[in-house]
Amino acid sequence: MQISLSHFLIVGALLFCFGLVTVTTRRNAVGVLMGVELILNGANVNFAAFSHYVVGGVSGQVFALFVIVLAAAEAAVGLAIVLALFQTFKTIDVRYADLMRE
Amino acid sequence: MGHESTELVPVVVTHATWLWLIPLLPLVGATINAVFGWKLQALFGEPKSMKGGRGKQLVHSIAVGFMMASFAVAAYSFVQLKGLPAEERFLQQTLWNMFTAGRLSVDLAFSLDQLSMMMVLVITGIGTLIHVFSIGYMAEEPAYWRFFSYLNFFVFAMLLLVMGDNFAVMFFGWEGVGLASYLLIAFWYTDPAKAAAGMKAFVVNRFGDFGFIIGLMLLFWGLGGAWQARDGLVRNLDYVPSVEMNSNAGASTAAASEALAPRVHGVKVGPTMNFRELRDQVVIEATGVKEHLAGTTVWGISLLTLIGMLLFVGAMGKSAQIPLFVWLPDAMAGPTPVSALIHAATMVTAGVYMVARLNFLFVMSPSAMGWVALIGALTAIFAATIGFFQYDIKKVLAYSTVSQLGFMFIGVGTGAYWAGVYHLLTHAFFKATLFLGSGSVILGCHHEQDMRKMGGLKKHMPITRWTYLIATVAIAGFPIANGFYSKDEILWKAFTSHHLALFGTPTPWLGPVIFVIGLLAATGTSFYMYRSYYMTFTGEYRGGDGHHGDAHASPDDHGAHAAPAAAAAHSAHAAPAGHGHDAHGGHAAPAATAHGGHGHDDHGHGATAAATAAPADDHGGGHHGGTPHESPWQITLVLAILAAGSVLTLFLGIPVLWQHTFAHASTPPVLEHWLEPVLLSKVAFGHGTPAMEWLFQGLGVLAATVGFVAARAVYKDNKNEAALVAMIERWKGTWTVVYNKYYVDELYEVIVLRPAARVAGSFSWFDGKIIDGLVHAVAAVTKGFANLDGAIDKYLVDGAVNGVANVIGWAGGTLRHLQTGRIQTYLYGALGGALVVVLVNFLIS
Repeated sequence: MQISLSHFLIVGALLFCFGLVTVTTRRNAVGVLMGVELILNGANVNFAAFSHYVVGGVSGQVFALFVIVLAAAEAAVGLAIVLALFQTFKTIDVRYADLMRE
Repeated sequence: MGHESTELVPVVVTHATWLWLIPLLPLVGATINAVFGWKLQALFGEPKSMKGGRGKQLVHSIAVGFMMASFAVAAYSFVQLKGLPAEERFLQQTLWNMFTAGRLSVDLAFSLDQLSMMMVLVITGIGTLIHVFSIGYMAEEPAYWRFFSYLNFFVFAMLLLVMGDNFAVMFFGWEGVGLASYLLIAFWYTDPAKAAAGMKAFVVNRFGDFGFIIGLMLLFWGLGGAWQARDGLVRNLDYVPSVEMNSNAGASTAAASEALAPRVHGVKVGPTMNFRELRDQVVIEATGVKEHLAGTTVWGISLLTLIGMLLFVGAMGKSAQIPLFVWLPDAMAGPTPVSALIHAATMVTAGVYMVARLNFLFVMSPSAMGWVALIGALTAIFAATIGFFQYDIKKVLAYSTVSQLGFMFIGVGTGAYWAGVYHLLTHAFFKATLFLGSGSVILGCHHEQDMRKMGGLKKHMPITRWTYLIATVAIAGFPIANGFYSKDEILWKAFTSHHLALFGTPTPWLGPVIFVIGLLAATGTSFYMYRSYYMTFTGEYRGGDGHHGDAHASPDDHGAHAAPAAAAAHSAHAAPAGHGHDAHGGHAAPAATAHGGHGHDDHGHGATAAATAAPADDHGGGHHGGTPHESPWQITLVLAILAAGSVLTLFLGIPVLWQHTFAHASTPPVLEHWLEPVLLSKVAFGHGTPAMEWLFQGLGVLAATVGFVAARAVYKDNKNEAALVAMIERWKGTWTVVYNKYYVDELYEVIVLRPAARVAGSFSWFDGKIIDGLVHAVAAVTKGFANLDGAIDKYLVDGAVNGVANVIGWAGGTLRHLQTGRIQTYLYGALGGALVVVLVNFLIS
């Protein structure tokens, strides 16, 4: 069986969907951050696949590396927010962080 | 009817620069006393003493001083006037222009001709004497300065009246004397009856003034009528009316108006307020004004008759003729000098003066003359009969004045202008003497005015008695004093006048009828005057013994006289209807303050004691003993001068007949000759033979004698009281009617006051029910509308606004649940949105 672009895109889409479900359903703030990582990685798969099959060269892979770096930075910021969240609410359950409601 | 034989010319005017001083000086005196008088009295007076000391001396010195100065200027003017040729005696001074409107130009200007000169001399001369009299009479008055200020003001206004060069100035004076009269009648204003008498005088005079103004307007209108382009009526005027009208309308100053004024044969014509211009254009027949006036009718009535009758209505008010005489007897509520000056000698003669001044107008209408003469005659007899049975000495004199004014109007009404004016002069002297004499008596009897409580005063008050007797002789008409000469001239002229008419119908019989009425009135005059003399001065003094004259059994016998409690007497006194104003408490106001602990009740004075508590300090024991006393020198001196005047002025009117008989001369009487250029209107009197004239003079003396003898028989020494009572009992009905003044006041009450009150009441009802009802209905409707509007606002507008708010609130409340504050909810939203975008995109493509 010939591995085509579609297979990669399906894998990317599955990763995005898993990430999305994780982000929307997890109650743990750390879990939510992990979901965000899945979404970013779904995008990375797409970058690499499009680069390989459509454009050629390595520009897609380079973009993926940039996204990984940005994800690391985002995780650092996100974890700092989670720490602040815990200090405020004595929990990291996002259901209790509803001050925006008021 | 005009004076055809000699050509009449316009008045020759001599300008005089000092005339304004004559009225100004009394005004200055009045002003000084009005502004500083109370201060002078307060500073220099002795506060404890009712006499007031030096403060009062200053006040009366100012008042009398300015009066004397005014008299001096008047005398100087007389000399100047006399120095001019007889036909050119006219002094004039224009001070300034008051207003100019079109061709009407009114100046503040004074003039003196022979007539106003005589009046000015009487006013300032007798006025000065009465000021001097007042020093003695008003000595105890606390408001001394106010009295003298008013008195000076009156003289000022009276001088304006007689010296005014035009109707406007005259009318200022006319109203000014009315004001002064009101102020002085109501001088003791704390007594409601006296204040009411003042108001009565003012209001009744207003009725007359109304007629006067209408008459003036008609005259003004009538003179303007000549300027209409009516062919035939203005045929001898050599100008074009419309051009004149236009050219004159542009005049803005007196000089411009004067320059543009239309002239016919050099005589200024057209509507004017000026007496001189009026006289010139009317008497000079070439102007055609006379013809025009005589030919004008209003609603079928001759314009001249209407003017004459309406002007006479003004005279009726001021000079107290039927039916407007009712205020004059009540005016006796004022202090006695006021009665003498205003209500006898000067102001009340203003009507006579006015008719005499406008003689050239009245003479053109026999109907107006007949009207004046008839009213005068009726007033003369009517007032004389009322005078028969009055007990108040001042009331007798008041009705006597009304009666004598009637004689004057007979004179000026029948065309015997000089005789009417002469009677004015003689009356000024003898009536001033009588009034001041009564004032002296009232003062001597401690402010008693009821003649039943006098008697026997000739022992106590010799000077007053003799002067009063001389004046009585004068008014009764014995040839040894002045009254005879004026009265008989009037009656003789009345008898020989055949030109009078009434309402357009010639009535040659009217003259003799008026003569008969006048003769009867003269008899009555003699009777009531001698009655007052005998009751007052002869017999025994009845004042101090508690005898209250009940022998006369009058219906409303001054009931309060017998009131034993002096304190209550004053208020009780004012109670009887129609008699309240002649209350005897002359000094009611000061009495209230000075009465204190004097305890006068036991002096047997009854009501009088309370009223005279004030003079007690002055008259000492004499008062407490109740004995009358002669008045101070200021009073007796004035009485003597005036009584002398009452005799001496007879030389002004020696009839031609006498001169012819005794001196074989035929010069007219001095005064007639003097006044001739002013009283230029001549009417055609019938010619009587000398024998007839002697007969009529004899009749006059006979009338006086009859009155004198009758009064002497009944009242001399008051011995015949029993017979008198019997007589009154016999003619009880008539006597009651006459005693109550023919119920004229009551008649006024029924005819004028009650209907007026009823009209006022119905107007009040109309106002209360209809007008207020309408107002309330409008208010109710408005209120209904307002409520409706309020409801609309509340339920519809507010409902809509609140509804919107509620809906939005509900929507917000509902939608707020969407905002959970949880990050994941928003994420669902974002996902949903993205899904929708994708789906839409998919469906569209």
